[in-house]
Formats: sequence, C-alpha cells, structure tokens
Amino acid sequence: MTNRLRVLRAERGWSQGDLADRLEVSRQSVNAIETGRYDPSLPLAFRIAELFERAIEEIFVSPSKEKSA
Amino acid sequence: MSSLAQKRYNRRTIALSIVYALTLLGAVYAFKHHWVSGAAAVIVGVLPALPIIGIFVAIGRLLVEETDEYLRILIVRQTLWASGFALSIATLWGFLESFEIVGHVESYYVAVLWFGGLGLGSAMNRLTLGKVGA
Repeated sequence: MTNRLRVLRAERGWSQGDLADRLEVSRQSVNAIETGRYDPSLPLAFRIAELFERAIEEIFVSPSKEKSA
Repeated sequence: MSSLAQKRYNRRTIALSIVYALTLLGAVYAFKHHWVSGAAAVIVGVLPALPIIGIFVAIGRLLVEETDEYLRILIVRQTLWASGFALSIATLWGFLESFEIVGHVESYYVAVLWFGGLGLGSAMNRLTLGKVGA
C-alpha cells in the first residue's frame, strides 16, 4: 500500500530507527511499511496515525482510490 | 536485528540442541550395549525425540512471543516454506519407496528436512522481499 510515512518521518527529522523506537517495532518493519512491502495491521496503522496526529487515510492511500486516480 | 523473543528462542534452541546431543549419544550407547529392553527401551528410544519436539514448541513460542507483527509474518512465511518443502519431499519419497524405487529412510528425517526448509524459507523471504525480508 502506498503511504506517506517516509515524508512524515523526514519532516520530523527522524531516522527509521527513531520511528521504530517510537512505534515499538523493528526498524525492519518501518522499512517494509515505508517501501510498501508490508501493510500494517489496523492497530499498528492507528498507532502510526496517532503518533503523527493524522487520520489513517492521510498517511495510507486506499488501494481502491489509488486505482481510480 | 534480533528481538527479545528471538533471543529467547535462540537460547531455548541452543539448550534443546545440547539436550538432544546428550540424549542421542546416551540412547545409542545404551542400545549398542544392550542395556535396555521392553518398556525401558521405549522410553530411552523416545528420549532423543523429545528435545526435537521441544524445538517445534520453541518455534511456536517464538510466534506467540514475537510482538513485532512484521517479524512474525516473516517467521510464518519461513515455517510455511519449511512445511511445504518437508511434506513434499516426504510424500515424493513415500511413493517412490512404495514402488521400491528408493530405499527406506527413517521418518525422523522429515524433521531434518523441515529444519532445512527453514533455511529455504529464509532465502525465499530475502528473495521476494529484498532487504526487508532478511
């Protein structure tokens, strides 16, 4: 799933490791999500959204909307 | 990277591998010298299998204890590859053995195949997911 995680992280000047620490996941997980190779579970997506104080759909692009775009 | 659950799994498998080596050596020695018979032979014969079963349990514990969902997915994929690999070879071999094309192989080799399959699963994770699959 396409997402804006890398951009949001860069805006805060965080490394992947910094974000991983804040989310209590591995850096590998952050990398996999950022590159779209892994779609996080809903609880993790909510944790990401709450950390960046955004709605989930402001971070993750809905696959159906992406198709129609 | 190694999570806490992964470290616990490593400690468990090392301990179980040592127990396996000791029980296997002990059982082979006991049978070679005809020290055991009857029910005792069954018990001694089963002993080396227990730490191997313990390693399967340790992998199950790893899946339960791993809090990182992505790492958990990697382990699930790895074990699925291992299961598919071991069961496929065992099935193929079973038919070939039935038709007397190949000789008999002890069934515990399925566990050996499965552990080998974990390596295959790890390689497939790396191959299909790249750097994040390692």
